[in-house]
Amino acid sequence: MELSVLLPAMAFYVFAGAAIAFAFGVVAARNPVRSVLFLIMTFFSAAGLFVLLGAEFLAMILVMVYVGAVAVLFLFVVMMLDIDFVEMRQGFADYLPLGGLLAFILTVELIVLGASWSVSSKAEGLRQAPISGDQDNLSAFAQVLYTDYAFFLEAAGLVLLVAMIGAIVLTNFHKKGIKRQNIPAQIARKAEDGVELVDIKPGQGL
Amino acid sequence: MDIGLGHYLAVAAIMFSIGVFGIFVNRKNVIIILMSIELILLSVNINFVAFSVALHDLGGQVFALFVLTVAAAEAAVGLAILVVYFRNRGTIAVEDINLMKG
Repeated sequence: MELSVLLPAMAFYVFAGAAIAFAFGVVAARNPVRSVLFLIMTFFSAAGLFVLLGAEFLAMILVMVYVGAVAVLFLFVVMMLDIDFVEMRQGFADYLPLGGLLAFILTVELIVLGASWSVSSKAEGLRQAPISGDQDNLSAFAQVLYTDYAFFLEAAGLVLLVAMIGAIVLTNFHKKGIKRQNIPAQIARKAEDGVELVDIKPGQGL
Repeated sequence: MDIGLGHYLAVAAIMFSIGVFGIFVNRKNVIIILMSIELILLSVNINFVAFSVALHDLGGQVFALFVLTVAAAEAAVGLAILVVYFRNRGTIAVEDINLMKG
């Protein structure tokens, strides 16, 4: 077989198999730290699939946002909390048959749905941002993102801002009884408040 | 050996089901449940990108970017709530989360 046909197919099967295997590792691993590491590998494999599809920008964003930020956040939380993970695993075997059955039914349903689906003849005319083909992915993406979807981009920025403020407000925690530097009080302090001049009479003391 | 839309949809379907399976079997560990939700959102993103490429429409990829944004925000807020909850109760078991008596 021609190498130019064989190679992308092989790459797809490698990335798809890795993504599914690592995804299973996320839910089946005994140690949550391993789950997070499996999650990182799942996102790497998915980024490989995106590159194969030709969505290079999203692939890079996936690696940066998920591996660089979200997975590290998960790792940080897993390692910071002192949790008995053996106790957490209890009930795994009880729910395994029902969960497995549901997952199997869901997979079959989704695959049947995908197999019986076909592109409508009107789909061509309904495209929001047709890919022209003479542009690379990044410039084509930027051109629609900063024009047609500019407001959505700003809304996404607002969502991130709200999430950031929310996370800070939730986790910001002032313990009582700890001496802290109070900068406004320091600045507002006057010399008259801090120094008292006392006229001491001789032989009397203070 | 030709890899088309159906192949990517199958991968996304399997990954989605693994995510749902993870929520079912890890009933106690909120961290794994959050990771399963991330897996589900990733499979949705694979679907978006696959359809975007198959239909030659960049809208799907733009939407995948927004899904990514919301997933990142959700993870940040979810983990913040988890940390606060652990500080108050000393556990993250899902069954013990009953402060609001819902």
